[in-house]
Amino acid sequence: MSKKQKKVLVRILVAALCMAALLLLPLGEGPLRLLFLIPYLIVGYDVLLKAGKGILHRQVFDENFLMAAATVGAILLGEYTEGVAVMLFYQIGELFQSYAVGKSRRSISQLMDIRPDYANIQREDGSTERVEPDEVEIGTLILVQPGEKIPIDGVVEEGKSTLDTGALTGESLPREALTGDEVVSGCVNLTGVLKIRTTKAFGESTVSRILDLVENASSRKSRSENFISRFARYYTPAVCGAAVALALLPPLGRALIFGLAPEWGVWVFRALTFLVISCPCALVISIPLSFFAGIGGAGNAGVLIKGSNYLEALSQTGCVVFDKTGTMTQGVFEVNEIHSEGMERDRLLEYAALAESYSSHPISKSLQKAYGKSVDRNRISDVEEISGNGVTAVIDGVPVAAGSRKLMERLGIACGECEEAGTVVYMAVDGSYAGYILIADRLKPHAKEAVAALKKAGVRRMVMLTGDRQEAAAQTAAELGLTEVYSGLLPGDKVDQVEELLRQKGRKEKLVFVGDGINDAPVLSRADVGIAMGALGSDAAIEAADVVLMDDDPLKIAKAIRIARKCMGIVYENIYFAIGVKALCLILGAVGIANMWAAVFADVGVMVLAVLNAIRALSVKKL
Amino acid sequence: MKKTYKIDVDCANCANKMEEAAKKTAGVKDAGVNFMTLKMWVDFEDGTEPGSVMKEVRKNCKRVEDDCEIYL
Repeated sequence: MSKKQKKVLVRILVAALCMAALLLLPLGEGPLRLLFLIPYLIVGYDVLLKAGKGILHRQVFDENFLMAAATVGAILLGEYTEGVAVMLFYQIGELFQSYAVGKSRRSISQLMDIRPDYANIQREDGSTERVEPDEVEIGTLILVQPGEKIPIDGVVEEGKSTLDTGALTGESLPREALTGDEVVSGCVNLTGVLKIRTTKAFGESTVSRILDLVENASSRKSRSENFISRFARYYTPAVCGAAVALALLPPLGRALIFGLAPEWGVWVFRALTFLVISCPCALVISIPLSFFAGIGGAGNAGVLIKGSNYLEALSQTGCVVFDKTGTMTQGVFEVNEIHSEGMERDRLLEYAALAESYSSHPISKSLQKAYGKSVDRNRISDVEEISGNGVTAVIDGVPVAAGSRKLMERLGIACGECEEAGTVVYMAVDGSYAGYILIADRLKPHAKEAVAALKKAGVRRMVMLTGDRQEAAAQTAAELGLTEVYSGLLPGDKVDQVEELLRQKGRKEKLVFVGDGINDAPVLSRADVGIAMGALGSDAAIEAADVVLMDDDPLKIAKAIRIARKCMGIVYENIYFAIGVKALCLILGAVGIANMWAAVFADVGVMVLAVLNAIRALSVKKL
Repeated sequence: MKKTYKIDVDCANCANKMEEAAKKTAGVKDAGVNFMTLKMWVDFEDGTEPGSVMKEVRKNCKRVEDDCEIYL
């Protein structure tokens, strides 16, 4: 609690004790009325002061003014217990609100507490100096001890360690960092000392960009937020107008039309009840707080949402469009299958790796990786690369050919056909067909579950777009359980395809595009919501997307949608609940059933409940 | 030119009022208040001096909500 809050708390307690004492003392009506002014002024003097200032500034619909008018009116009408109690409850509500908002503000900032406090610059003479991260220039050597945060993006120059990326990705699996690796700021160095050559200024580093993004997230307001601030602007004047009408019209009507006693006191008192209900605070606080909590919770789970409007759109997802490579698949090529005709499979792989060892093609790299041993180039001679088709070489004195079917045809070697998706390297050893090696992209570990989870989350339509050839696309889609695939697309075609899908979707549905952020910036911005995944350290993706998944787990797509749904659910609960209770109290107050006690519940009680409800949006772990 | 300022205000509706007041100040193209992060961003008209415009913004904000502060 801050000093200000403590002071208010003390005033509330003193006033409450004072009031209780007055109620127990056997005093007459007259002195009691005067004595009740003591707790009233103790608890409400600041409201009265602010109301006075509000009048000077012509702010009639200021909530302090409304509260002051209602309570002073009640006391003047002889309902002093209620006047004091209403002021007391009002202050309790305000205190609670300020406390709860402050607390959630802190806990959300703590979730996103990835800002490094310092950087250790390594001097040439071996000494280190501790400085502010934003003073470090690009190309400086910094030292990061185990347990410290990496303050600035850079490349490891010396040392090896494991890094905890949890604060960025929400995943606790440590990542390895070796000499020469790029490392991003915000990770925690776990095991070894790292010397890092910085490649960016602090302001451009991953950590700063993420913090910027999260802090600016709520400046993009959602429709619900705009609705509420517009509503609040008209609500208070409208209710105040109704209060004036309630105070004047029924008594005048009774007196002039029906010839009854006007009962001014009753109607003015009911009007004062209206004034208490007219504060819009419960609504106005709970909606942005829900969004803030939702965005904070999502950030903690490694899902960065750039604005409340995207959170809202995400909750209405009806159609998800995926990019294939890098999104649903790992985007790295690996030896998937070795099919040998007679020879040992390791032997076949060895021949292939050796024959291709002079090439820097990705296929060659994946062969080397699968082979796993260093290549003795003395064993290889007469290497001839046949452009686009493969390579022939002599290994250990044996002629070997590795390449496409065309190469085999060219050499006049009969071979079987591989039907599977991926790149096939056919092998001929000593003039006859020896088998093939299948190199293919792999599905991400959770890709299949991700599709199932999206279906479960009620996504009506899922489409995969890829620049890959049809067989590869069809096979990936079949493995994932997707029925709609468009293959062979150039980046421009993807935009056209997404536009076509946007035309086909329902009016209230939103289209989400998920890509890896590389080459698909136009599509990301064209979709209702563009999600970039695996964006850790990729500036372009963070820039182009509306939602950023910090790690590359496709399961997070469904999680992001669930987080958005939960948050929007809470937002609507709060809107309906707060407006509903207020409307009910207005009606009951007008007919005289609800008194000022009910009114103060409608104001303060609803706010307390709405704030507590809003904070629920913060917990997203189990979604 | 866009600048961000730290603010202090107690209630959400007051933050909305501050936003309105800031938007209406001469020399301000657009402005927004984020109650959750207690920050105000102001987009200034070209050729205006942010320092003097912000003094006006603060004055206007204080008029609608006495109990607020903008840290310039």
